[in-house]
Amino acid sequence: MATVEIKNVRKSYGPVEAIKGIDIAVQDGEFLVLLGPSGCGKSTLLRMVAGLESITGGQVVIGGRVVNDLDPKDRDIAMVFQNYALYPHMSVFDNMAYGLKIRGVPKPEIETRVAKAAEILELGRFLTRRPSQLSGGQRQRVAMGRAIVREPAAFLFDEPLSNLDAKLRTQMRIEIKRLQDRLGITSLYVTHDQVEAMTLADRILVMNHGVAEQIGTPLEVYQRPASLFVAGFIGSPPMNVLDGVIDASGQGVVMPGGALLPLPRPRPDDANRPVKLGIRPEHLTISDGLAASPILVELVEALGADTVVYGRLPDGESLLIRMAGLPSCTEGDQLSVAPQPGALHLFDAAHGRRLAD
Amino acid sequence: MTQTIARRFQISTLAAHLVLIGFTLLALAPTLLVVMNSFKPRKEIFGAPLALPSFETITLIGYDTVLKRGDILHYFQNSLIVTVCALFFIILFGAMAAFALSEYRFPGNRLIGLFLVMGIMVPIRLGTVGILKMMVSLGLANTLFALILVYTAQGLPMAVFVMSEFMRQVSDDLKNAARVDGLSEYTILFRLVLPVVRPAIATIAVFTMVPIWNDLWFPLVLAPGESTRTMTLGAQSFIGQFITDWNAVLAALTLAIVPMLILYLMFSRQLIRGITAGAVK
Repeated sequence: MATVEIKNVRKSYGPVEAIKGIDIAVQDGEFLVLLGPSGCGKSTLLRMVAGLESITGGQVVIGGRVVNDLDPKDRDIAMVFQNYALYPHMSVFDNMAYGLKIRGVPKPEIETRVAKAAEILELGRFLTRRPSQLSGGQRQRVAMGRAIVREPAAFLFDEPLSNLDAKLRTQMRIEIKRLQDRLGITSLYVTHDQVEAMTLADRILVMNHGVAEQIGTPLEVYQRPASLFVAGFIGSPPMNVLDGVIDASGQGVVMPGGALLPLPRPRPDDANRPVKLGIRPEHLTISDGLAASPILVELVEALGADTVVYGRLPDGESLLIRMAGLPSCTEGDQLSVAPQPGALHLFDAAHGRRLAD
Repeated sequence: MTQTIARRFQISTLAAHLVLIGFTLLALAPTLLVVMNSFKPRKEIFGAPLALPSFETITLIGYDTVLKRGDILHYFQNSLIVTVCALFFIILFGAMAAFALSEYRFPGNRLIGLFLVMGIMVPIRLGTVGILKMMVSLGLANTLFALILVYTAQGLPMAVFVMSEFMRQVSDDLKNAARVDGLSEYTILFRLVLPVVRPAIATIAVFTMVPIWNDLWFPLVLAPGESTRTMTLGAQSFIGQFITDWNAVLAALTLAIVPMLILYLMFSRQLIRGITAGAVK
């Protein structure tokens, strides 16, 4: 049980700066997900917390103790890796017990802890097996068991579900969530999968190019993305981004096609300012009126529960629309669509940051 | 159509097997000749060298001579001590060096790697005179330790090269998981990485042990004394300037094959995995 504080942490490889100063305090028992595309530095950050990468600048504090110069084993953390990283020549029991044995935990204590972890993870039947005799999901459970028995101050997960197939991933995701709720151990979880991030996290740290784009609860990140990057990264299918100009009265945004979208609140100070306009595909509906734009339907994807329509605006921009239920249009149709009121996201045209609401 | 393909396949398989069998015979013939003739009397060895020993001609006179000269067991022991010790040090130091080269980033890493690879290309025998001088001044001439040192040096480059390649394939996550679990770097190397690269160790063991066992050069130069003679050198003592006891020479050589054969069988299962590991993955 502990807090994990990351204070202005930086990482450079020679002249290349991989992490450009990240600040976050993870509360006791909180589940923080580090989310971002590959190469954004999220794994590097996690490995710096674990002590597997040196820290170029800043501080990592675990449970009130600066751990910058401590070895991984002295940081009181446990880590679960993407490809399980089980000791191949040891049984499941020994895999879980080995770390405790190294630390000199007495044997009866080891046996109780392993038995308890095995019960939580339903691994009791497999304790004498080798990792090679287990399925992917079972292996990942053993890896988690190895972390649990240590009873650490914090769990670190490095894309633990990436090697599993889609069905198993969903199942394990739920198991991880339940496990964390039950044990209440502070967790840092790296993933590039936004569904994992949205479902598991208490808070999400969205990273890009070594900087924190946004820190917030899953719904905050979805409803009020702090930048164009976050807007495009969270949500599937991704948010539509269009060019627009705030009209002279500051009451609405004019789209290139001439449609006038009313703003949630008037912005007289921003009159005539060019902006980037974000509209989620699920917030577009078929309607007429001043705010509507005509589109040509190019492709219709029927997913069963909902339908994704790929449309094209008269000026050539593409537009994604997500509608509930079965498709009501076909390729080649002309539709008129408008965003639901209040569903607009405005970003600065130059640097892509969200405009103050 | 399918029949012709099947037939063509059969023919090509047959051809491949013929070539392989031919090569096997060619490679085995000298050894076979030595073993066969070691069971024949001197007259037969020269009269019909290619004939198998028959019921009338079979004799153990060669083995008798060899074993009666009691020191042959001593030579055997010397050879075994030198080979096993050298092998142990090659694998121990080779593994440690390979782990350092494959695991840690430090300045000069690649340079040291290259330096070691050069050791594979430059034969150690070129330095014989220097080595001899060194051993004499260290007072190590005519000791088994001198041979062990030289063979360790001879085997290390290949061992480091092969093992570092294998160790690079061991997943980083595994080593990092061990670090988080609290294992020391030495425990990681000896308890975790070495068991995983066992096929590489078997490969190195076989490829380094055979030349050491068979070597005549360094025993002759560094340790020709009676007490430190190795098996190959001992066999030479039956070859005289005027009279050579061929029965004894062939019997001694046959006996010298046996331990290598046993060790090879021990390592061979791992060895095949070691050789094919890169190909299958």
